[in-house]
Amino acid sequence: MANIGVYIELKGDQFKKSSREALDIARKSGKDVHAVLFTNNPSAYLEELKGVKKVICVKDANLTYDPVMYADTLAKIIIDNQLSDFLGICSAQGKDLFPRISAKIENATLLNDCVGIDLANNRFTKPVYAGKLLSDFIIEDEYRLVTLRPNVFPAGSGSEGTPEVVDLAPVRNESKGKIVEVIKSASKRIDLTEAEIIVSGGRGMKAKENFSILEDLAAVLNAGVGASRAAVDSGFASGDMQVGQTGKVVNPKLYVACGISGAIQHFVGMKTSKVIVAINKDSEAPIFKKADYGIVGDLFKIVPMLTEEIKSKL
Amino acid sequence: MNIYVCIKQVPDTEAILQVKDGNRVNEEKIKWIICPYDEFAIEEALKLKEKVAGSNVTLITLGPNRVESALRSGLAMGADNAIHIETAETVDHKTIARALANAIKQDAGYGVVFTGKQAIDDDSYLVPLYLAEYLGVPAATNVVAFNHEEGKITVEREIDEGAREKIEMQIPCVVAASKGLNTPRYASMMGIMKSKKVVIKKLTLADAGITELKTKIRTEKLYAPPEKPQGKVIPGEPEQAVKELVRLLKEEAKVL
Repeated sequence: MANIGVYIELKGDQFKKSSREALDIARKSGKDVHAVLFTNNPSAYLEELKGVKKVICVKDANLTYDPVMYADTLAKIIIDNQLSDFLGICSAQGKDLFPRISAKIENATLLNDCVGIDLANNRFTKPVYAGKLLSDFIIEDEYRLVTLRPNVFPAGSGSEGTPEVVDLAPVRNESKGKIVEVIKSASKRIDLTEAEIIVSGGRGMKAKENFSILEDLAAVLNAGVGASRAAVDSGFASGDMQVGQTGKVVNPKLYVACGISGAIQHFVGMKTSKVIVAINKDSEAPIFKKADYGIVGDLFKIVPMLTEEIKSKL
Repeated sequence: MNIYVCIKQVPDTEAILQVKDGNRVNEEKIKWIICPYDEFAIEEALKLKEKVAGSNVTLITLGPNRVESALRSGLAMGADNAIHIETAETVDHKTIARALANAIKQDAGYGVVFTGKQAIDDDSYLVPLYLAEYLGVPAATNVVAFNHEEGKITVEREIDEGAREKIEMQIPCVVAASKGLNTPRYASMMGIMKSKKVVIKKLTLADAGITELKTKIRTEKLYAPPEKPQGKVIPGEPEQAVKELVRLLKEEAKVL
């Protein structure tokens, strides 16, 4: 009987939300679930990990993310425990870590950013061309490594049965590169790829300073702030805020597009949002064909009104 | 320093894509470009060449005949040499990375190998890290700042929530470029003229050390995702429209 493994990405001392989504798929697979965590305090997570057969806990005085140490340790765990399926999330860390694991294991194939997964029938669905198309893949390899797009799959909770916990020391090989510092963002930002709500601005924002009205709206919604390529190229917003084919592909439940015309390169980056709202003064803007709800008008009037209305109604 | 840039030719971001034979893209009417992330890689390579005396930049790609135009575009930006590993086959990412690594190793030594952080066609995020593994060198992905000093590379890579990791690496190494790293230059008229004279080095997969094609992943089906139904524009004066929007978001869409 084959085993399935899940890498649990932690954020501070919390489960990253999408790790629950990966865990839920593993629990429903009918295989013996192995959860892998890098923590010195596994007992804090055991309630969430009910229904898992074995928790492999990597313990060390220094567990700060080090891609080489993490990849070498996880590759060893996958082989030693015969984890023929191994799941993670397509986060910033997942994109850096999983290819390194896959590279270490000769007979492993990795598919990143899956939005559909059928382990029993060997079908994995992933958006390509930033989501202009979907592709169903078949993986014929000894080890199938898969990362999941955040916010697509339901997050499960602990089921029955307390797992066995096994401690492990990390594998430390010599590394010719090292992280010397983590530079925090000056402002507290919500990660767009995992955000539940995003407020985004385009060329219609006219100036960098005007993004403050989007930040005000984002603050009442607990939302992330994004931008179109036009806004980034005009210098209104930084590159890490860009949503679209050459920026981030996002998947929130609500996306509010302000002053964005809706070019295909932007649309493909946000079209899987559950609900799209467009605010634009040009009634002919293509964004209105894609939006669930639209308001034609001056965003500099409408956005502050929307902020006040939501404040009073929530 | 011998600087390398791995590039990929991809459909233009504005391209409307159609599926052919159920599992591939119809290439007939596509306008092809260098992957935008690879342009950041080329620009950073050219900046490094300008900084380190006696350096040269070699572009390398793998694919059918059409990818030669991507190499020519990169040469026109200012790269010195180009290598084309010719194949019309669909090969998996480990094979691509092995071929690139072997081709780079065959040359006269290498310093920094630049790539884009992802190709905007298959969005796989795999080749830079596979390449680093097969070269046996350190790698940094999603790089938005690059610095070379005293034989050492320092980069910053973007992680979650606008935070960055600062990474020090020995040379040789692999650097996967992201948006924000630089602004790619346009090809000059002189660059275009010069690029036409460069003889592109042609390799077969066998020349690049790939003797057996073991593709362990295949596309079973390629298809357009379901269309979103047309939404509604909320009429009325801004005050009423905003009130109605919030009501709809709460009661109809249930997202607030």
